[in-house]
Order: sequence, then C-alpha cells, then structure tokens
Amino acid sequence: MDKPEKLIVDGRRLDGRLPDEMRRLKIQAGVLKRADGSAYVELGDNKVLAAVYGPREMHPRHLQQPDTAVLRCRYNMAPFSVEDRKRPGPDRRSVEISKVTREAIQPVVFLELYPRSGIDVFIEILQADAGTRTTGITAASVALADAGVPMRDLISSIAVGKVDNTVVLDLNKQEDNWGTSDMPIALMPRKKFITLLQMDGHFTPEEFKHGLSLAFKGCEQIYEAQKQALRERYSIKSEGE
Amino acid sequence: MYEIVSSVKRDYIVDLAKQEKRIDARTLDQYREVDIETGLLKNAQGSALVKLGNTQVVAGVKIERTEPYPDSPDCGVLMVNAELLPLASPTFESGPPDEDAIELARVVDRGIRESGAIDLDKLAIKAGEEVWAVFVDIHMLDHDGNLIDASALAAISALLHTKVEGIKDWTLPEFPIHKKPISVTTAKINGKLMVDPCLDEENVMDARITIATTEDGSICAMQKGGIGYFTREELERAYEIAISRAAEIRKHVG
Repeated sequence: MDKPEKLIVDGRRLDGRLPDEMRRLKIQAGVLKRADGSAYVELGDNKVLAAVYGPREMHPRHLQQPDTAVLRCRYNMAPFSVEDRKRPGPDRRSVEISKVTREAIQPVVFLELYPRSGIDVFIEILQADAGTRTTGITAASVALADAGVPMRDLISSIAVGKVDNTVVLDLNKQEDNWGTSDMPIALMPRKKFITLLQMDGHFTPEEFKHGLSLAFKGCEQIYEAQKQALRERYSIKSEGE
Repeated sequence: MYEIVSSVKRDYIVDLAKQEKRIDARTLDQYREVDIETGLLKNAQGSALVKLGNTQVVAGVKIERTEPYPDSPDCGVLMVNAELLPLASPTFESGPPDEDAIELARVVDRGIRESGAIDLDKLAIKAGEEVWAVFVDIHMLDHDGNLIDASALAAISALLHTKVEGIKDWTLPEFPIHKKPISVTTAKINGKLMVDPCLDEENVMDARITIATTEDGSICAMQKGGIGYFTREELERAYEIAISRAAEIRKHVG
C-alpha cells in the first residue's frame, strides 16, 4: 500500500467520513450453536467472531480459584485475515492483546458468583482492517451477555487516532498505517469508566482530551448497537411475524 | 504465579490510601529514589543498571547487521526484549516470556519507538538489503514494584550511552539518538492515584496507567493495566503527575 498524499481532503477522510464519524457497524448476538454465548461484529471491513464457554469447570484444575471464577481471553487472528498470511498461533502481539482484552472485560463480570469455575472468551479475527482489538472487545462483551453471564454493564470499545494533524474517530487501515497516533479505548458506558487504554504515536495534552471525548461519543453509538443486538436475539416474536 | 497477600496487609494499604498515605511513608505523588549507572558492561555497546528504591533492572544494547523488514526496507530494526528472571522474585518462573514479560517489553518498545528517539531511517546500510539492528535486552534483577518504569529508564539510559566504537564497519558518525522519552506509572488504590507503586502496592492495586512523555510534554505511548478502571478525570490527573515526575527523572538520564 502506497502512502496517499493526504489522508483528509476538504475535511473528509479518504473513505468519505467526517473526523468524528464511525464506520458502518453491524452486531449480531447468538450466531454459534455450540457456544454458550456468541457474537459477530462487523466494523467497516473488520469481521470478528466471539464465543463464550462457561461458567464451566476450570481446567487445568490447579488454576481453579476457591473464591472466584477465572476469566480467560484468547485473541486470535486467522492466517487469512490480513494481506500477507499471518503465521498461525499466538505471536507477541496477540499475547498482549489477549491480556489487555481480559483486563478490559473483567471489571464488569461478576466472577465471584462462580467459585472454582472458568469462563473462556475466544475472539477470532476473520478479516482485519484496523481496530480488531476494540472490535473483539465489543464482540466479546455481547457474547458474554448472550451466554447469560451476570454483568454490571457491557463494554464498548473503539479507537481514536491522529491523521494529518486531525484527531479522528475509528481509524481505518490506511489511517492506521499512515497516521501519527492510535489510541484504543474500552468503556463501561453507563458510568464512563475506562477499562482499556493504550496509545502510541504523538498526542499533545489537548489532542488527548479531544480524543477521549471522541471515543466516549463513539462508544455511546456502539453501546446502543450492542443493546439492540441483544434485544433482537431475545425478543419474543408473536406468531405470523 | 501470584503473590499471596494477607488480608491484614491488603486492608492496611487500602485504608492508608483513604488517608492519602502509603505503606513506605511516601506522599501520593512521590517517586522513589532513582539511581542510574551506565556503561558497566563492556561487551554491550550500551548498558545501564537502574535502581528504583529496591527494584533493580539492567539493560544491555547490542548492535548487529541484519536484513530489514520487508515493509520498511530502508529502516533499521529496534528489538526490545524483557526477561522476568527467577532470580528477581519468587513469583517469576523460568521458561519462555509469559504475557507479563511480553507486555512489559512491548510497552517499553512503544515508548522509545513512538517518541522517535532513535532515527531508525539513518540505520540503513544498503536499503532493502542490510540495516543495523538495535537489540535492547532488559533483565529484571530485583522486583520491588514498577518494573515498567525501571525497564523503560534502563532502556533509554543504555541507548543514550551507546558507544559505536568497536562495532565492525559502523557506518555513521555516532549512534543516532536524540530524545529522552520517560515513562511514569501511576497506580490506583481505593480511588487514590499514587505514582511509582512499590510491590506491596502493586499487589493490591485496582489498575495502573503508564504514560510516556517527551521533553515538550507530548504523549508518545500509554498503557492501562490491571482489572480496575479509570475515569477521565483520573487520567488527566495521571498525565499531570507523569509530566512533572518525568521532568525530574530526565535530569538523571545522560
């Protein structure tokens, strides 16, 4: 991919979005038969599946905790999800993302209700186009709710970044490659508690604050779509509909 | 492996936090004493031993020729690796790096890389064929909390004192490093923010936030860790703390 001359032309981004505009978002709950809970999320060209198994008996048993359940997350990129084939299995990036994903989700899950159990969250990236970790977290929290795991709130997640000296919401692949900063954020939307925050690149303090505001706004939209997906999954349709 | 903390100690630290006090008698925004010794290892091009209170970390820089990455054929390579040696803590085990070691190395890597401290594009030897690779290996020696800041400090100190004499057929007048990114980690316990958590505090903290800043006050990397959360106001306060502590720490660095 060659570097475009400009990433923002006449106030619009290369895919036609305004700086505070998110990509098209589609969320479906309960898409897998065997999993206890599952979700499928598309954010722009990202396609992400999440599955939840548990609460169930924790294996290996020495990892059981007598007073709480253990939450495990695995973020996995399919070899065909990116332009150049990714070698299967966890690399350093996936290990780190799995860790921050778990830490982003754990604050909302009532783990203490399930001593000695394990809850496993599997996130599978089928197609990647910048923002897979945040899309994965968004999907995972819907899958947990779909599994009926008691939660304080959902988790909504989105990235903000800086391209051509403008702070923008929800970077696409080009913007991720050629932009100057990237800041993925996850939020407990009702209380505005930040459970994931990473950043690399360059932000002045003002840009950082503006980025937070954009991310909060994006998470609100995601939250509505997440709730809508769960409503659709569990609403009772009368006959003849 | 987990550190087991007695509930008496946990309650004590959490209760102290409520009174804005800390287990080692520091104030909430007080950093531990920083001690940096550089150039102590002669077979490394750069080296630094950092002490942060009782925490001790050593970093070594080695420079070698290598092939460039296909997506940046005319740039040098920076590789940061961290080892949580079993000699540093009863909770560290030998074996390949676990997620804590990987996160640590990647947070340190981003702080240096994203600040642009090293001119990687000057490290090409023959574009597309051969470039200089800068390996930064960080070894934990004694774990008394805040390994992230200690490691970041050891890495940047070692890099700033990297000597190019002795590298066979070195291609530049000197090692191209300019900026001094400094990482400052702040922990949250019982709703209170405290900078540079010691191990006892780390064991009971709700969450931590690491902010790497450069001389002009801009942010080049951040990472939240732990299973708690931060509010927007807490993050803005953590930034203020990071800026002022970084300015002090920077004076110790080369």
